[in-house]
Amino acid sequence: MPLVNGGKIADDSFVKLAVDTPLPESGDILVPAERFLGDADALLKRGGKIGVIWPNNRDIAELVPYLGKVAVVALVFPTFRDGRAYSQARLLRERYNYRSELRATGQILRDQFVFMLRAGFDSFEVKKQADAEAFMQTAKRYSVFYQPTGDGRITALHRRMQLRHSEGVGT
Amino acid sequence: MYAYDEIDRTLVNERVSEFRDQVKRRLSGELTEDEFKILRLQNGVYLQLHAYMFRVAIPYGTLATNQLRALAHVARKYDRGYGHFTTRQNIQFNWIKLAELPDALADLAEVGIHAMQTSGNNMRNVTSDQWAGVAPGEIEDPRIWSELIRQHTTLHPEFSFLPRKFKIAITASDHDRAAIKIHDIGLKLIKNEKGETGFEVLVGGGLGRTPFIGKTIKHFVHGRDILSYIEAILRVYNQYGRRDNIYKARIKILVHELGIEKFSREVEEEWQHIRNSSLQIDDEVIEDIRSRFTYPNYEKLPHMPDELRQAAADGDFEAWRKNSVSPHKVQGYSIVTISLKPIGVPPGDATAVQMDALADLADKYSFGEIRVGHEQNLALPHVAKRDLPALWKALDKLGLATPNVNLITDIIACPGLDYCSLANARSIPIAQELTRRFANHELANLIGRLHINISGCINACGHHHVGHIGILGVEKNGEEVYQITIGGRADEGAALGNLIGPGVKFDEVADVIEDVVEAYLALRERPEELFIDTVKRLGVEPFKERVYATR
Repeated sequence: MPLVNGGKIADDSFVKLAVDTPLPESGDILVPAERFLGDADALLKRGGKIGVIWPNNRDIAELVPYLGKVAVVALVFPTFRDGRAYSQARLLRERYNYRSELRATGQILRDQFVFMLRAGFDSFEVKKQADAEAFMQTAKRYSVFYQPTGDGRITALHRRMQLRHSEGVGT
Repeated sequence: MYAYDEIDRTLVNERVSEFRDQVKRRLSGELTEDEFKILRLQNGVYLQLHAYMFRVAIPYGTLATNQLRALAHVARKYDRGYGHFTTRQNIQFNWIKLAELPDALADLAEVGIHAMQTSGNNMRNVTSDQWAGVAPGEIEDPRIWSELIRQHTTLHPEFSFLPRKFKIAITASDHDRAAIKIHDIGLKLIKNEKGETGFEVLVGGGLGRTPFIGKTIKHFVHGRDILSYIEAILRVYNQYGRRDNIYKARIKILVHELGIEKFSREVEEEWQHIRNSSLQIDDEVIEDIRSRFTYPNYEKLPHMPDELRQAAADGDFEAWRKNSVSPHKVQGYSIVTISLKPIGVPPGDATAVQMDALADLADKYSFGEIRVGHEQNLALPHVAKRDLPALWKALDKLGLATPNVNLITDIIACPGLDYCSLANARSIPIAQELTRRFANHELANLIGRLHINISGCINACGHHHVGHIGILGVEKNGEEVYQITIGGRADEGAALGNLIGPGVKFDEVADVIEDVVEAYLALRERPEELFIDTVKRLGVEPFKERVYATR
């Protein structure tokens, strides 16, 4: 499953651990929320970056004390029709000011890229190679956005205001 | 009319090209049917019994004549020459080919029409009063707010994959023609004591398998806060709405399970975080939207023109005028409802020829504007009274002057087993038979206002729970069986109907309905007492006794 990070297909330095996989000596690891919360202090002291895989039915506020210390938060789309992680992503970015990598995992198709970018995701474990390759093109598919989100894209309502004011200056 | 600008047009075109890519990937096999299903539903494409069904949005029920002509064009070029207007101010085409859908969408996009979110688990077409902006006594035109909400809910990055579909309706009148109490969110435009515009917000209404009347969650939300308040409701729902069982996934179940108090506390908490954000709408933005709604240049016309006085001698004209013409806020003008329920025709259907002709009539007599109501009828919202006789003649020629608006033959029905893959029973043939039984206009008039709503399955697209008489088709041992309720209503006094007795077979439905009506005529206190009021006064029992005594 290709990883898209920073807009292009990238190597994934992180190894995913299950709840009971032995901890590797070194290297970057992604740990399930349950395991992370159970042993956060020890895990954070270890060498190598650490990320956490957060299920979409657990309150994201529990992760807040650790947000400055983790390198990745991976949110989960068990099916692409299950949109709970969009809300978690926006809360992380817009309410809790999380700034490191926010990864979408699970059933990810190109058809979700724009929504996900707008919700604050910046890396994607994409299900199909062709979709990963089409990332840049698909991400630019829309130029008009009706809603304000933390991604800072200007909304249609505000663009209209700008147009109106710039026209006003000219007359 | 709201006029799209370059920004709105760009978004619709970008959506069309995205959908074109999705169809292409489906046809090439790159997308599985399972994957494609979600994507096509986001764009109003269902797979029905015989073909794909394509549902096009008519936001808050307002259409310009070039848009109606474009719908006629789609009916003619890509379908079988007709379309079906639905209970949520949409139009459906039943015979579209998948490969041609992107072209149909592109043709519609040219006139600012789209099919975004007309199905799927997202925010559906925002509906409103079909008399918005012209009804006397309105707080203000609810379409300004409908349009703001339409934009905000279109391709929303957080709420496009909700637990289930989500419907919002808005009214600005005391008499609710938008059925806000049976919507996931119902908004009633009101003024507070300071004279500021805002909304009473209702939540958790809906029909389907487990019907609920919406409850008030907040008595007043200021207009500038309405987007953040809606967003707070949706965020709570997106996270906590049930996803384990499709029949328990609507927000009404979450509201019911948590209780309205707990649910409203959750929403309130979320709202406090986001209300002072860029979701707040300043007056300038509202004025900008308002400025893109154009209103006719009404003339100063007499209340009772000569043309109308002269035409009063014609009994057929008078019957139509009394039935289908309603007061307008501007003197000398009327709102004309156009019945899409002629005797023996599927409710809500209109042919391409009728649509084109209606567009011409709207240009001539209604400042180029047409409305679509949830009762599956159309309306011309700005007709000068002096033009009524000429308009009537033209409508009559088109088969569009049946004087049965709000009468027993003005039936709401879903497509049922004739088209729909979810249906258990036929709806349209029941409606057709009933219109034949009550075809006599004198009889229908004698009965007075009476709404019959028919659904062909428990999903309740025909809103049977809120019909004065509701008919629900189910399947029992391989046979179609119909359950009949009375006493439902969808207006400001919204209520769910009660069963009057055991289910009846297909062939018996019309007989039973005749008996119900006969019982009403015998039981009503005076001719002015409407069916619904007699049921309210007496309850179900006296009806049950009379109807089932001989069965």
